[in-house]
Amino acid sequence: MLQRVVRSTVIDAPIERVWAVLRDFNSHDQWHDVVETSRIEGGESPAQVGCVRNFTLKDGHRIREQLLALSDEQHSSTYCIVEATVPLQRYVATVTLKPVTDGNRTFWHWESTFDTPPGRERELRDMVAQGVYEAGFANLRRHLLGSSDTRAAPAGRVAGRPPGEPLPARQMRVSSHGGAERLQPADGQAPPPGPGEVRIRQRAVGVNFIDIYMRRGWLPGLFPLPGVPGMEAAGAVLDVGDGVSGLLPGDRVAYLWAQPGAYCSVRTVPADQVLRLPAQIEDEQAAALLLKGLTADCLLHDLGRVRPGMKVLVHAAAGGVGLLVGNWARALGAQVMGTVSTEAKARIAREHGCEQVVVASDYRFADAVRQHFGGGADLVIDGLGQAAQQENMAALARCGHWISLGQASGPLAPIDPDALVAKSLTFSRPVVFDYVATRTQRQERAQRLWDALNAGRIRVPPIERFALDAAARAHERLESRGSAGALVLLA
Amino acid sequence: MVRVYISSVIDAGADTVWSRIRDFNGLPAWHPGIADSRIENSEPADKIGCVRHFHTRDGGTIRERLLALSDYEYSCTYAILDSPMGVENYVATLKLTPVTDGARTFAEWSAEFDCDEDRAAQLSEQIGGGVFQGGFDALKRHFGGRR
Repeated sequence: MLQRVVRSTVIDAPIERVWAVLRDFNSHDQWHDVVETSRIEGGESPAQVGCVRNFTLKDGHRIREQLLALSDEQHSSTYCIVEATVPLQRYVATVTLKPVTDGNRTFWHWESTFDTPPGRERELRDMVAQGVYEAGFANLRRHLLGSSDTRAAPAGRVAGRPPGEPLPARQMRVSSHGGAERLQPADGQAPPPGPGEVRIRQRAVGVNFIDIYMRRGWLPGLFPLPGVPGMEAAGAVLDVGDGVSGLLPGDRVAYLWAQPGAYCSVRTVPADQVLRLPAQIEDEQAAALLLKGLTADCLLHDLGRVRPGMKVLVHAAAGGVGLLVGNWARALGAQVMGTVSTEAKARIAREHGCEQVVVASDYRFADAVRQHFGGGADLVIDGLGQAAQQENMAALARCGHWISLGQASGPLAPIDPDALVAKSLTFSRPVVFDYVATRTQRQERAQRLWDALNAGRIRVPPIERFALDAAARAHERLESRGSAGALVLLA
Repeated sequence: MVRVYISSVIDAGADTVWSRIRDFNGLPAWHPGIADSRIENSEPADKIGCVRHFHTRDGGTIRERLLALSDYEYSCTYAILDSPMGVENYVATLKLTPVTDGARTFAEWSAEFDCDEDRAAQLSEQIGGGVFQGGFDALKRHFGGRR
């Protein structure tokens, strides 16, 4: 009885890139692990229909296959075995690619029919399905990663190892609380993914103020020593544990996770925390934007309930969160005023939608805010902390809402309830992780962020890049108030 | 002849997705752009040749004839009989293919039609970007949160 094998997958690359490899009838020795050597007989072109390729496999078998059809229009190639030391008879196979138009990915369909000697049907079906087709999917993914990005070279090496081994991971570790110099490179390990986990080859790691608070020892409960800081990163899935669905090796992903440890090159995390990235969002952008963008989404949509005409004051308006918040609030119809510490930053904030910018390196801004808004701000988004407390109270309008997001200048002193009652003020002290506690919340908020970026309602802030080993310099830069936009570490 | 092609990957098995979209009279149950639907002459919705008569949410009335339905290929082909869109010879196919590594489905929706040349781009966007992608987005939302 004729046997039929069908396997298919989705490759996270445009169809042109996948087809460039697969249309070459003589390419398998470059990307498919089972093929040792490949040559086209008679010196013909591999695009010549009727040409014969001659394979030597790693296990010593030899196969001669003839190209029966090749279509650049249909992205398909059909071939048959003309002679082989494996007992596949009347074997005809077709590879077909189709574009996934939403996401610019590629659907790859590989199917064949063949006869086998009696009793060996199952063995040979499995050999074709798993040994050739499924292995080919994984091998091509790795090949595309390696050729598109030289920094992915280590991922290529690790993907070739047997599963279930820990992998070396470069980490930036903090052994005692203190200054940026406490961040020291160390050689750690990423364990193989257990049930429900994935292991990620990280390309870009987001740097946030919370990382600095942890390093300084302001959040001891969340960051026991020795520890690796970092709440978010982007990269590619290396391998997945049992029970994980919807994520495959090679998938481009990003995560944010309340458990620190992202300052490293390879990390194993719960699959639940991981989001697939749309094709148009680069790794660096994802690492720069995920936590900050989801923070902005919570601040504006949930806590601040920003409406058209609302008067919003954004501190550190040229910082990673500040630029996104100002930009997005403006897109929602709010009037946006920002404070920054230098003229250069004022220019960047204005470019991102901040209508009025005050340069207030001395934390004096309340008068300017009351004057500009004619009464005060309905919403203050504050990462400054203690040094700006009195000015924030003074800058708020009646029934205004002060959201304290961070405390760059130092931890906030206790707030006297009577200080709120004077103008019926509201004070919020949110932690973004409480607003992204479920997978659905993370997905919905991330989707809103990607949609807003795609539609051009908000812009990607400037990104400053540092090597992972230079994490200490990135911290110094962020603490110096010298940076604008978002900082990422490249692993 | 204008050709529109939209494809997507949906996070559910092909059988599951097919059971949601197979009913030729079932567009209002899964497509956000469709308000109501009925099959003319009380025919079964899976009888080849039957005509569905439905309204879009913006008030348009469309009549479409079922040309082919395959539970084996997970595909459905139909032609427009009447619509306010100004298209001629409109034939569309909605087709699913299982993705064997993981419970996912590759979904394709394509159409060919004739129209005034100066309206081709706008109609392609309306049909491909609006109707087809809108349907796939709804399916992705529906099946995306199941895990």
